Amino acid sequence: MTENIVKQTPDTILEVKGIKKNFGATEVLKGIDFSVKKGEVVVIIGSSGSGKTTLLRCLNFLEFADEGIISVNGEVLYDGAVEAASKKKLKNNDKLLRAKRLHFGLVFQNFNLFPHKNVMANLTLAPSLQLKKDLRAAKKAQRVAKKAGQECSPIKRDYENFDAIKAKALATLDRVGLIEKKDNYPCELSGGQQQRVAIARALVMNPDILCFDEPTSALDPELTGEVLKVIRELKDSDTTMIVVTHEMEFARDVADKVIFMANGVIEEAGTPAEVFGAPKSEKTKSFLASRNK
Amino acid sequence: MIMAAINITFTEVTKILLQGFGETCLLFLLTLVLALPLGLIVCFCVMSRFKPLSWLMKTIVWIIRGTPLLLQIIVVFYGPGLLFDYPMRSRFIAVLIAFVINYACYFSEIYRGGIQSVSKGQNEAAQVLGMTKSQTFFHIILPQVIKRIVPPMSNEIITLVKDTSLARIIGVIELITVAQQIVNNYVILWPLFYAGAFYLIFNGLLTLLFGFIEKKMSYYKV
Repeated sequence: MTENIVKQTPDTILEVKGIKKNFGATEVLKGIDFSVKKGEVVVIIGSSGSGKTTLLRCLNFLEFADEGIISVNGEVLYDGAVEAASKKKLKNNDKLLRAKRLHFGLVFQNFNLFPHKNVMANLTLAPSLQLKKDLRAAKKAQRVAKKAGQECSPIKRDYENFDAIKAKALATLDRVGLIEKKDNYPCELSGGQQQRVAIARALVMNPDILCFDEPTSALDPELTGEVLKVIRELKDSDTTMIVVTHEMEFARDVADKVIFMANGVIEEAGTPAEVFGAPKSEKTKSFLASRNK
Repeated sequence: MIMAAINITFTEVTKILLQGFGETCLLFLLTLVLALPLGLIVCFCVMSRFKPLSWLMKTIVWIIRGTPLLLQIIVVFYGPGLLFDYPMRSRFIAVLIAFVINYACYFSEIYRGGIQSVSKGQNEAAQVLGMTKSQTFFHIILPQVIKRIVPPMSNEIITLVKDTSLARIIGVIELITVAQQIVNNYVILWPLFYAGAFYLIFNGLLTLLFGFIEKKMSYYKV
């Protein structure tokens, strides 16, 4: 546990403390602590049912932890104790929840692209809707301020106008190498291409931390390479990432820090050299041995 | 009958039937326009997390789907007069109300099936991108629901065309009513079959329309 305190340096972007989550009588997460520094790539490994996916879902507020604290850039986003005590549950507060969620991006195992929107629209839909909403709110605030005879300070926005969103979407598509597919529909793309679009879609939202939930598990083996290549390139541009994966080779290669999870706890954590090269825990050893067969 | 001796020409029959068909079309269109959105509201209530509302709506849907439409028309028409001493003024309005309620319940089940068939992942993807609940529903879920429900909806809507003939039970003058009058007055049977042809052609056109809509929406696969 001392390790966590040591790592509380100014460049710590994510701090997770004592996350617990039960589904009914099943304890899925039994107290998870870890932190992520800016630009760091944390890879989470472990067998199925160890709680890796649930952890990511708690970070993205798709599930709500029963206990524990999640803070980003020093700001406490979620505190299980506060949530349990408060009557106004976070999951029922659309507006607040949205603001918290946008610190994180999530790339799903099975992409979850919007099938009725083309690639470009998949990327631009969420930011455009948000901008539309923001502009409407700003107009209203200005009207109210005018009535009261005051100056209205502009709301901080991710994008100033729709052209900026479009430009960012195009630039991001270019980054994942799919600019020529911008007008295609998801059903016209291969699995690997779809997943690259999903990554681009998450990037357009400018998340502080990008999470990947087994991004290559639904892909044919020959298509995993292109997705992993994109993630490697993101690492080179200092994107902070948490990657849940079964690709051990990739984990060893790309991770700054590896977390091995088993039965809802962090069994072992350290640099790839430490975890893969000299695992201390018996569970880690046997897991790695089973993977290397 | 004295009137029965006089002959009636094909053109005259056509004119009379067209008048009845006008009423049939009006009933059909109004029912559709009102029942489609009402069905969505009923569907929301049935799927609501607020249990009392959900149970209430489920019970209503069960009653409406479980009893004959014919009976419902009679209840709506005579019910207010018998129970509250407030008789229904318009027969057409009574039929329209019965139809709208009945079809809204059927549509609600189609909507529910459609909404539940869209994968949970779509909702989650929209959520993590920061979309609000209403944005998610109108931009992500509903468009996909519409594509999925076109075939069952077209089935139900074609049934509606034919169900309009039930309106005559309380004396609304529609296509079958006028055809029946000609049959009774002139002792000839063919106008009834001729009326059938009206339904057939109308439904043929609807079938073509739905085929067109389905084709329009086949630009993507799920």
